Amino acid sequence: NPETFKKLLLFQEFEDEQGFTDNNQGATTVTIDDPIKSRKQRKATGTAFEEEDNDDKTELLSGQRKSAPFWTFEYYQTLFDVDSHQVKNRIIGSILPWPGKNFVEVYLRSNPDLYGPFWICATLVFAIAVSGNISSFLVHQGQPNFRYVPDFSKVTMAATAIYSYAWLVPLALWGFLTWRNTKITSLVSYSFLQIVCVYGYSLSIYIPAVILWIIPNEGLRWCSIVVALCLSGSVLVLTFWPAIRDDKPRITIAIISTIMILHVLLAVGCKACFFSTYEMHPSKAHNEPSTATNTSSTNPK
Amino acid sequence: MAEVEESSKPMFAGLSDISISEDILVEGDISVPVGSHNADNDFSTLDEPVKDTILRDLRAVGQKFVHVMYPKKSSALLRDWDLWGPLILCVTLALMLQGGSVDSEEEGRPQFAEVFVIIWFGSVIITLNSKLLGGTISFFQSLCVLGYCILPLTVAMIVCRIVLVGGSGLVSFVVRLIVVTASFSWSTFASTAFLADSQPPNRKALVVYPVFLFYFVIGWMILTFSPSQ
Repeated sequence: NPETFKKLLLFQEFEDEQGFTDNNQGATTVTIDDPIKSRKQRKATGTAFEEEDNDDKTELLSGQRKSAPFWTFEYYQTLFDVDSHQVKNRIIGSILPWPGKNFVEVYLRSNPDLYGPFWICATLVFAIAVSGNISSFLVHQGQPNFRYVPDFSKVTMAATAIYSYAWLVPLALWGFLTWRNTKITSLVSYSFLQIVCVYGYSLSIYIPAVILWIIPNEGLRWCSIVVALCLSGSVLVLTFWPAIRDDKPRITIAIISTIMILHVLLAVGCKACFFSTYEMHPSKAHNEPSTATNTSSTNPK
Repeated sequence: MAEVEESSKPMFAGLSDISISEDILVEGDISVPVGSHNADNDFSTLDEPVKDTILRDLRAVGQKFVHVMYPKKSSALLRDWDLWGPLILCVTLALMLQGGSVDSEEEGRPQFAEVFVIIWFGSVIITLNSKLLGGTISFFQSLCVLGYCILPLTVAMIVCRIVLVGGSGLVSFVVRLIVVTASFSWSTFASTAFLADSQPPNRKALVVYPVFLFYFVIGWMILTFSPSQ
């Protein structure tokens, strides 16, 4: 018995079917260590490491991108990981809806960015302020006792309205969709940042529309609103359709109509606030009551 | 040390027997070189007259103004950043743009605090934006560049005020429009000349656009400035 015991303890050579010679054993350990070694080498570059790590993880774990904790600077850098042509493509994609293309799938994939929503909203705020001022100047130009006064309180109002639309509506929508997902498993579910991204880019059509509002022609203004609403509204509907089509039809219709109504409210509200108030200035005799009745009659709720 | 070479004995057994006899003199010299005090004197500026200090800073600020007016790709602005210049320019611009007392005619003009906040807050946001996009410029260097490049717009503001003294009709508006447009494009061009090198090449447009928007808004505030009567 001690003999067999000693035999069992002796080192035994295994048959080397896969060619596990000394060389190959060394190679095996190198391949396991290699990604870790190269990551350590890349760690010196700091943020580049985070981005490359994210790229690897994107392929491995779809949908789980942000590896850095949200209180570090690197986390927010991953949210700005876009190139100029990518931003340009996303803006074009939000303006021209294509029935088969889902904005999130085609343009965002798993890389939502915050650059687009933030700067498009900022541009929209300033475009509204500037166009509102220009249009009021043009309307009152002929009057002798009108002194042009630039109005800066409008900027803060516009900023509050647009930024809360771009952030609170996606938050509500995301919460609602997540809640529905617990009851009905649909194939498509969007993260909060993706919804924010879609909403932000969908506002980009309003920038040329707002610039067109300088021309004090009511027909042209309403025309441009309708066109902008159709384009961006259809982009939104096409994006969210796959996520809610498996739901009960009543809920689907309710969500779609809520999205559209809020979108319409934003457009008409901006027009009413910034482009008609000037025409209702109390010290002016030149009044346009038709604009006032138009805007008050479009209050849907 | 013959004991150590015997392998049968444990390693450090022989060391306990070693002692330094009293008559071997151990001496040395531990002293810090005194020359560092001389270097210290060169950098200490506490003893110079106040006029020298102020003049030195003013000269640095003035040199940067010259760099902004003739933007070449020099790194002087980036290397020795200071925020004196931006502060002077911002205060000047805000003082000239502000509305007077709370009057019904002047309530539309921005207050001093509004202009001040817009300029500094806008610069901070643009700097954060360029850093988030992967720029290699430091926070204060970027603030310095953005602040100094407001100089053409401040000059335009002074010119506009002079033109407005002459009258506020269509001709003066056209002149002011041309002046403000020229200076705002000069500002944008100057700041991108300094900032563009620090950005990754495929994101330059993403960084330049907020700078364009920033100077456009300031130019707009200058253009729509209406004089008090």
